[in-house]
Amino acid sequence: MLGLEKKDMRFLLIVLLLTLAAPILLNPFAENSAMAQFNAGYPDLMQRIAIFSIFAVGFNILFGLTGYLSFGHAAFLGVGSYAAMWMFKLLSMNILPAIGLSVVIAGVFALLIGYISLRRSGIYFSILTLAFAQMSFNMAYSVLTPLTNGETGLQLALDDPRVLDAANTSGSLPDTSLFGLAMNSTLKVEFLGRLFQFNVGYYVCGMISVVMFYIALRIFRSPFGMMLRAVKSNQHRMSYTGLNARPYTLAAFVISGMYAGLAGGLMAAMDPLAGAERMQWTASGEVVLMTILGGAGTMLGPVLGAGFIKYFENIFSKINDNVLHSWFAFLPHWIQDPLVWLFARFTGEGWHLTLGLLFMLVVIFLPGGLVEGGQRIGRLFRRKQGAGGDGPAHPPKPAPHVAE
Amino acid sequence: MDAIILQTLNGLDKGSAYALIALGLTLIFGTLGVVNFAHGALFMIGAFCAVTMQRFLNLSYTLLDPTKKDFLGNPLKVQTPYVEHWFGHDTGAAIINWSVPLSILLAIPVMLILGFVMERGLIKHFYKRPHADQILVTFGLAIVLQEIVKQVFGANPIPTPAPVEFSGSLDIGALIGFPANAIVYPYWRLIYFLFSLGVIGAVFSFLRFTTFGMVVRAGMADRETVGLLGINIDRRFTLMFGIAAAVAGMAGAMYVPINSPNYHMGMDFLVISFVVVVVGGMGSLPGAVAAGFLLGVLEAYASLNEVKSIIPGIDQIIIYVIAIIVLLTRPRGLMGRRGVMED
Amino acid sequence: MGILEVKGVSKRFGGLQALGDVNLSVAENTVHAIIGPNGAGKSTLLNVLVGKLIPDTGSVLFDGKSVLGRKPHEINQMGISRVFQTPEIFSDLTVLENVMIPCFAKRDGSFRLHAFERVEAEDEIVYQAEKMLTDLHMLEKRDLHAGTLSRGDKRRLEMAMCLVQEPKLLLLDEPTAGMARADTNNTIDLLKEIKATRPITMAIIEHDMHVVFSLAERITVLAQGSPLVEDTPENIKGNPKVREAYLGEAAD
Repeated sequence: MLGLEKKDMRFLLIVLLLTLAAPILLNPFAENSAMAQFNAGYPDLMQRIAIFSIFAVGFNILFGLTGYLSFGHAAFLGVGSYAAMWMFKLLSMNILPAIGLSVVIAGVFALLIGYISLRRSGIYFSILTLAFAQMSFNMAYSVLTPLTNGETGLQLALDDPRVLDAANTSGSLPDTSLFGLAMNSTLKVEFLGRLFQFNVGYYVCGMISVVMFYIALRIFRSPFGMMLRAVKSNQHRMSYTGLNARPYTLAAFVISGMYAGLAGGLMAAMDPLAGAERMQWTASGEVVLMTILGGAGTMLGPVLGAGFIKYFENIFSKINDNVLHSWFAFLPHWIQDPLVWLFARFTGEGWHLTLGLLFMLVVIFLPGGLVEGGQRIGRLFRRKQGAGGDGPAHPPKPAPHVAE
Repeated sequence: MDAIILQTLNGLDKGSAYALIALGLTLIFGTLGVVNFAHGALFMIGAFCAVTMQRFLNLSYTLLDPTKKDFLGNPLKVQTPYVEHWFGHDTGAAIINWSVPLSILLAIPVMLILGFVMERGLIKHFYKRPHADQILVTFGLAIVLQEIVKQVFGANPIPTPAPVEFSGSLDIGALIGFPANAIVYPYWRLIYFLFSLGVIGAVFSFLRFTTFGMVVRAGMADRETVGLLGINIDRRFTLMFGIAAAVAGMAGAMYVPINSPNYHMGMDFLVISFVVVVVGGMGSLPGAVAAGFLLGVLEAYASLNEVKSIIPGIDQIIIYVIAIIVLLTRPRGLMGRRGVMED
Repeated sequence: MGILEVKGVSKRFGGLQALGDVNLSVAENTVHAIIGPNGAGKSTLLNVLVGKLIPDTGSVLFDGKSVLGRKPHEINQMGISRVFQTPEIFSDLTVLENVMIPCFAKRDGSFRLHAFERVEAEDEIVYQAEKMLTDLHMLEKRDLHAGTLSRGDKRRLEMAMCLVQEPKLLLLDEPTAGMARADTNNTIDLLKEIKATRPITMAIIEHDMHVVFSLAERITVLAQGSPLVEDTPENIKGNPKVREAYLGEAAD
């Protein structure tokens, strides 16, 4: 179905169901319980997870398949946001033309940057993309101020033309919407002491991310995807096999740039604001982090990585000294205070430190990311179970499916 | 004319910082084959060595002076730095005043140790792994170092002045026949430039005239052969990493009076230093130095109003434009050896 | 008129005349070996043949068209496949995928954005690849990672990747260099088997006499950058000029 094998179809359906049910699944704790702070079923957080999943899944098409490490993908994210904002300002608050334009513009931008950057490989490619992104960032702050509104960032204004929309008489800024359905409208349901929030914006992001996941899955399973893996494996052999590696990598670069542009457009659609800091190289680093942490080259990895980082960013940032003190309240003061001090280094403001450490640990010990970690644990488990079995001791190891 | 001279001078001190960081980067790449994304963080830590030194020298004890009253009528609290207590008021005050230059004494051992620990504890395990992994792990390390500094020193820039003797400016223009105040150059920037020349000279003569340096240079050219000769390259390369770290640290410590240090200054300098290394030629020491000064000066020229009025915003992007042009037309860099990462 | 015609090719590197007026013709459906002592210009000639080096003078015509200045993938698309000294394969891909990729290259050309087609649905390609693996007795290894194969199997796989494209010319660059005697013999047997089962033109650049005399139908001997003689193996064996060129080298 849908051009997928049974196994992939099941995989996609699970992703779809999880996306649909996320507002319920991510809110397992009762509203007033002490654990409520670990809930993740807020529209804002879920939107961010969905958007960054798109970003990371797209990045993975480039990095995971071809091995080209781009340090400039945030530039496409930023460009996508600006493009979407201009659509909101000039044309309509409907998000469809906005995200459409952000994908197109990011694609054109990626074609331009990719065409030049891909003339080099290895670290040179990384540095070139970094230089381009940094250049775009600097330009957004300076020369391009008429387009980007510099440091303030691009915002909606009451007197924007919005030629397609009816005249705005309310005196307040209009909301982004999908054919009249406002992105920020939320259906709140109280059930079993839990507050479930079904937000339009989240479902738009979620559904788009499932579609983008499906497209990525098809690319992974296509002959084109196979060629991209061949680029990573041995470019020398590839060219002597009659294949031109450059258009393949360029296509991958543009596709991943369009994913980033879409993510940027959606960001603006959820919160109509675009600033240059979205293009900074720390933002590029973040998507690299997500992909590696989850598992580069796997289907699930980038989604896991994006969810993991955004969730823990949210949780960890909320754990301040007061929260820590309440956790360790049962301990005598002379233990409690140092413990709180220690934990406070890694939580709240210290979240980035945790992230950096985690990142190093993953690169050092688990280059395959969380997905590989899961596989290792699974294998350990299976080996223990099958220890008494009488199967062949060491069957030749079949190649694992890339989806795993 | 005077504007051009002024901008050349202005470019030189930034160029000095670029050159010193790039020198370490290319030294590490040339000897160890590692792309170190944490090198900017080392520069930043050097800068915070200066901050630490200043705070350390200013550690004070408090005495109540019953003879004087503060505005509430309470006995006045007098803070006396220990240094002044130990060395007498005048010597102590002088030491505090000279805390930035003195901080080099702190920066060198700290950076050497940090370099050794980094190389032995982390980088060593990445020699045989792909460049992408090296980039990623050092990027992670850069985040960690940066965040630690942020937690210790806070997020705001910390003004750390140079010795008062150097707080003024030199009217260079007047010396060479321009009207007074046409070309005014702060003393400390001049000192920074001279200092960096000194460090660069020291590194080069060390590599040129010592057996150690000879082996390292040979190792840069052909690591395997030198290894086969039975010379323990690895230990020397560890020391090389330490030296590269120390150079970056000194560059950071002395830079403090020019720009107040903050925790993310390393990242800002790193991106440009990478560009410098690439423009100069990966693994080429003279290339790194030349490109560092060149880009620093060009950046300063680009911020001339006359230039900006022709191409707006060129000052923001000139370095990247140059990098892109160089990488595309002469990928091995201005002075790079043939065949070094030319693909 | 042979399928590969090298005419008057010469190449200088500074003061060194690497190739001087090389003429060579490889006839269709023959195994043609190019031998010569170290430094005779074999690898320079090879680099000219694959377009990596542009000679100072002369022309290289393949199937009537010039190969000079073309990129490796273009030369492959013209019908030349190449086997390397150390097997060049896609180590991270499975054996079957390794053989499918050249099939795609032959069918779709050097680039095609087939991002929405399914690998599984490419029956024709899968069939071709599996048939080639069967021919070379590797079908049971189809799902293994190519990087886990033994050296001999890697060589066999590389051969399969080249043959599946049904090249007009198979170029072998010292296919037994650095191999133990047993592996060398296996490779010779493999090449003999390939030659016996299908019409194929091969050009072998080789240092090892044993390999050359077991396989070649025509031999060109290079010495100091130019062809010394070109003849059948029998005549080459007795040729005093060849012995002289190899003097000091253990010609076995």
